Amino acid sequence: MKYIKLLLIIPFIGMILCLPLANRIEPYVFGLPFLLFWIVLWMILSSVIMTIIYKFDPDNKEGEA
Amino acid sequence: MNTSLIIIFAFAILALYLGIRSTRGKDINMDEFAVGNKGFGTMFVFLLIAGEVYTTFTFLGGSGWAYTNGSAAFYVPAYICLAYVLSYWLIPKVWRYSKKHNIISQPSYFASAFKSTSLGVIAAILGTVALVPYIMIQLKGLGIIVSEASYGAISPALASTIGAIIVTIYVIISGIHGSAWTAVLKDIMILLVIIFLGLYIPYHYFGGVQPLFEAVQSSAPEKLTIASSGLSISWFVSTVLLNALGFYLLPNSFTVALTASSEKALRKNAITLPLYTLLLLFAFFIGFAAIIQIPGLQGSEGDLSLLRLSIQTFDPWIIGVVGAAGLLTALVPASVMLTSASIGLTTGVYKVVKPNSTDRQQLLVSKILIIFIVMISLYFAINGSDALALLNILSYALITQLAPALLFSFAKKPLLNKYGAIAGIIVAVTFVFYMQITGSKIATFFPNVPSVINDISTGMIALIMNFIIAIVVSIATNGLIKETEDEQLPTTGHSVADELAVTKED
Repeated sequence: MKYIKLLLIIPFIGMILCLPLANRIEPYVFGLPFLLFWIVLWMILSSVIMTIIYKFDPDNKEGEA
Repeated sequence: MNTSLIIIFAFAILALYLGIRSTRGKDINMDEFAVGNKGFGTMFVFLLIAGEVYTTFTFLGGSGWAYTNGSAAFYVPAYICLAYVLSYWLIPKVWRYSKKHNIISQPSYFASAFKSTSLGVIAAILGTVALVPYIMIQLKGLGIIVSEASYGAISPALASTIGAIIVTIYVIISGIHGSAWTAVLKDIMILLVIIFLGLYIPYHYFGGVQPLFEAVQSSAPEKLTIASSGLSISWFVSTVLLNALGFYLLPNSFTVALTASSEKALRKNAITLPLYTLLLLFAFFIGFAAIIQIPGLQGSEGDLSLLRLSIQTFDPWIIGVVGAAGLLTALVPASVMLTSASIGLTTGVYKVVKPNSTDRQQLLVSKILIIFIVMISLYFAINGSDALALLNILSYALITQLAPALLFSFAKKPLLNKYGAIAGIIVAVTFVFYMQITGSKIATFFPNVPSVINDISTGMIALIMNFIIAIVVSIATNGLIKETEDEQLPTTGHSVADELAVTKED
């Protein structure tokens, strides 16, 4: 679990590297143009990914006593 | 005096009262003034960091950018979100080192981590230079909001001045505590206002969010995707990366991170803040609605789109509440920025000039500096004329040049020394200023480059130069560092990484 923080790279890949593929208006998702939906999606996924890391992060175990 | 102006003034007085009252019963020393004795819980830290997101830039610039530049505006939530992702890893390290060494400002962090008072001085100056345009933006935005929301009953310059006086009073009395308490009021207001406006306007004019975007698609489809040149994908990506790196290097965000009472509070905030940033969507909805409803605002007038559309839609008392929320989104961030800029100068420069100064003297100097910085910012807010977002980008281009020094301060091996860090920063900052002043792009020097390269932001190019120079100079001067350290310190110098490792074992 020492390397769990490497998961933090995923939002960068999703939000930035995949952006050229998401640069389109259609299809609309939840009423949003696709590009805006894509960015919103990754904001939510960033939160989810950090929650997972937090659960397994050994740094949070210390000093809990 | 009209209804909306009365409401705005009531909130201004409430903010002043909360700000002054926040330190009742506390003995204010430098540590308390600057970072609340590193004792703020998750909630206050959350609100203060979120304060950076919900500034006047959100209020005016977010909707303004959507109005003028369409989807390019999405760079804002994108970089803020990635800044939080990065902060999950980065900020607890900074906090741990600062706690151990009793550091209360960014310049002290760099001075301590690289054992170089010169680097501390450079960080202090750079921090101030980056923050003054930011404070100016807040004051200028405040002037615009209050003037518009009062239906012109009060001029922008007068409104900016009154705002500057309020913020100066409570910051001088309460320091960061004043910011924390006014932040509570501010976030309640901005949440209510932005969600209400962001939902009401699309439904009122278009019957929903998707119909709003479909209306934009049929009249101005280019606003809904990122352009192929200019504010293109490569501009977007480089700006997002640069700002994500720079976010916590802004002295105000750095300071707020130091107010936390634990590392866990910082990590928990990193998790929740991207969701909070989703509120920016509502500002975008308003900007896009304004494209259809109030076309014809030119250039920096786009920043007025939210207020103009609101005024067209609502009664004066609602406009008063909107104006009050706008006022608070300027006051709170400005107060944090003022505190951190003045503490940075005091700890980074004044303490170097007068190493034996007492806590009381330092506090006095910080307060004098606050007045000084407010006056400069106010002058530029009233007399300057640039659009809000452009200055915001220049701030980031400058402050992010501290990134190599910050990132390498955690390295297990001292890859970067003080000479390298300083050389990199100086070259990069000079480059940013040169490009800005002469209005140059890469194509100015290499006319044939494709727009993919030409659109990369100046700050990002400077940052790449910075990294290369910092490493090369460090390698070249490592011998020099070894010699002086051998003379001065018989024991080897500890890097931040060493110390972090030690702290962990404790």
